[in-house]
Amino acid sequence: MRVVVIGAGAIGAACALALTEAGAEVVVIDRTGGAGETSSRCEGNILVSDKEPGPEADLAIEANRSWRALAERLDAERVPGQPATEFEAKGGIVVAFSGGADALRSFARSQHGIGIRSEPLDAAALRAAEPHLSAEIALGVHYPDDAQVQPSLATQAMLARAVHGGARLVVDEVVAGTVVAGRVTGVRTRRGLVEADAVVNCAGPWAGEVAALFGSVLDIRPRRGTILVTTAMPQRVFHKVYDADYVGAVGSGDASLQTSTVVESTPAGTVLIGSSRERVGFSGDGLLAPLSEIAAKASRLFPFLRDTMLLRTYYGFRPYAPDHLPAIGADAVIAGLFHAAGHEGAGIGLAPTTGALIAHAVLGAPAPVDPTPFLPSRASLHGAAGQGRSGAPNHAERGANNTEAAA
Amino acid sequence: MSVQIAVDGAVLEGRDGQSIAGVLLAAGRRTWRTAAGAERGIFCGMGICQDCVLTVNGVEGVRACQRTACDGDVVEREVRA
Repeated sequence: MRVVVIGAGAIGAACALALTEAGAEVVVIDRTGGAGETSSRCEGNILVSDKEPGPEADLAIEANRSWRALAERLDAERVPGQPATEFEAKGGIVVAFSGGADALRSFARSQHGIGIRSEPLDAAALRAAEPHLSAEIALGVHYPDDAQVQPSLATQAMLARAVHGGARLVVDEVVAGTVVAGRVTGVRTRRGLVEADAVVNCAGPWAGEVAALFGSVLDIRPRRGTILVTTAMPQRVFHKVYDADYVGAVGSGDASLQTSTVVESTPAGTVLIGSSRERVGFSGDGLLAPLSEIAAKASRLFPFLRDTMLLRTYYGFRPYAPDHLPAIGADAVIAGLFHAAGHEGAGIGLAPTTGALIAHAVLGAPAPVDPTPFLPSRASLHGAAGQGRSGAPNHAERGANNTEAAA
Repeated sequence: MSVQIAVDGAVLEGRDGQSIAGVLLAAGRRTWRTAAGAERGIFCGMGICQDCVLTVNGVEGVRACQRTACDGDVVEREVRA
C-alpha cells in the first residue's frame, strides 16, 4: 500500500515513521523540507502539566510514555543523517502568583484522578528547584513527567529513520488532490502526479487549505506565537517553568493577543522565553506588542532576565482547531484521505501517538488510545460548510433562541 | 607592551591590544565553553555568533572575540551544569 504524507513537520514525520514501520510504502511531500515551518519555530514541549482531564490529556499521557520509548530507540542507534533528539526529561514547574494559587492547586488535584503526577513545592523546595525565581511566586507545582526535545532535530530524526526504513522524502508542493468517484487516487505536485492508495494531510496550519485541494473541509487556522532567545549563559533555569495562566491562554478561543510566561533553558545555553497566542492569519506584522509583553512578564517571573541580552526572536504559526482538539483519522467524506492536524501548540508532544493513530486508521494497526474524540468527521471542524450541511434548521433555531450574539 | 589576564586562575600573557580570544588562541586554547555536549570557542570571530562568550571581571556574556584584553582582567569560563 502506498501512502502519501503531505507535510514533513513533527506530525508528518511521526506519521511517516509509524506507517513505514507498519509496512506501508510512504512518500513524504513537503514544499520546504523537514521541519521547515511550525516544528522549527517552537520549543519542543512534551507536556502533561497543561492538560485538563479529557481526551487530549489521555492522548498526552500516552504520548509522553511513547516519546520516552521513541527517543531512546531513535538515539540509541542513529542512521546516517539522523541527529540526536535532545530529549530531556527535565520536568515542569508551574507557578502561580498569589491570586492564582488556589486555582493551580485544584487544577493539579483534578489531574491526579487521570494519572498526571504532580506535587506542590513548599517555599524551600521551590527555591532549591529554581533558585532564580521571583520571591513573589506564591505556589509552585512540580510535574516530573514534562519533557522536551529539540523539535527540529527530533523531527529530522524521525524522518531519517523513516527514510532508512524505505520512505521517500520529496521537496515539492502538492497543488491538487486527485479524487475519482469519491476516493483519493493520489496527488498532483508541481512536478507531476504521485499515485497513492491513501493520503495523510499533515500540513499543520495549512491543513485546511490542503483539505480543500481534495474538495473537503477542515477548519484549522493559524495561531501565531513568538519566542525570545537569550544569548548563551550559565544555567539559571532548570525546568520548564511556566505561569499557571498558560492553561487559560491555550484554552481560550479569543483571536486577540494572549501572553503567558514560559521560560526554559536549552542544552546550547540559551534561554527560550514565550509565549504568545494571536490569530492574525499568516501575518508577520505587529510583532513588537507580543514580544514586549512576553519580555515584561518573563522578567517578573525571573528578575535576572531584566539584564539579559537577547540573541534573536522568532515566530511561527500553530495549527488551531476551534474545539482545541487535534483532528486525527479519516476524512468525513473523501475515502482514502486522512488528517493529522490541529494540534495547536502540542504537536511535538503528541506526535508519536498521532502517528500510531494514523497507522491505525490507514492500516488497521492497534490504536494506543480511543481514536473517537479526535475523528475529523466531528461537526466543529467543518466550519461554515459544516453548518451549511446541517442546514437551515440550525440557523433558524439560533435565530429563534436569540443566541446569535453569543455564538 | 604586554598584558596579563587570569583565566580560571591561570595567568596568560598577551600583546597590548589583543582580544581575549586572541590571547586564548595564542596560548593554545581553542575552546572554552561547552554547549549541548560540544566544545565551543571562536566560530565567527566577528561578534555575531555568541559562541565565544565568557565572564570577564564578573560580567557575563562577554564576547571574547570583541573584548580587548586589559591587564589584570579576571576571566572565567561559563559552564552549563
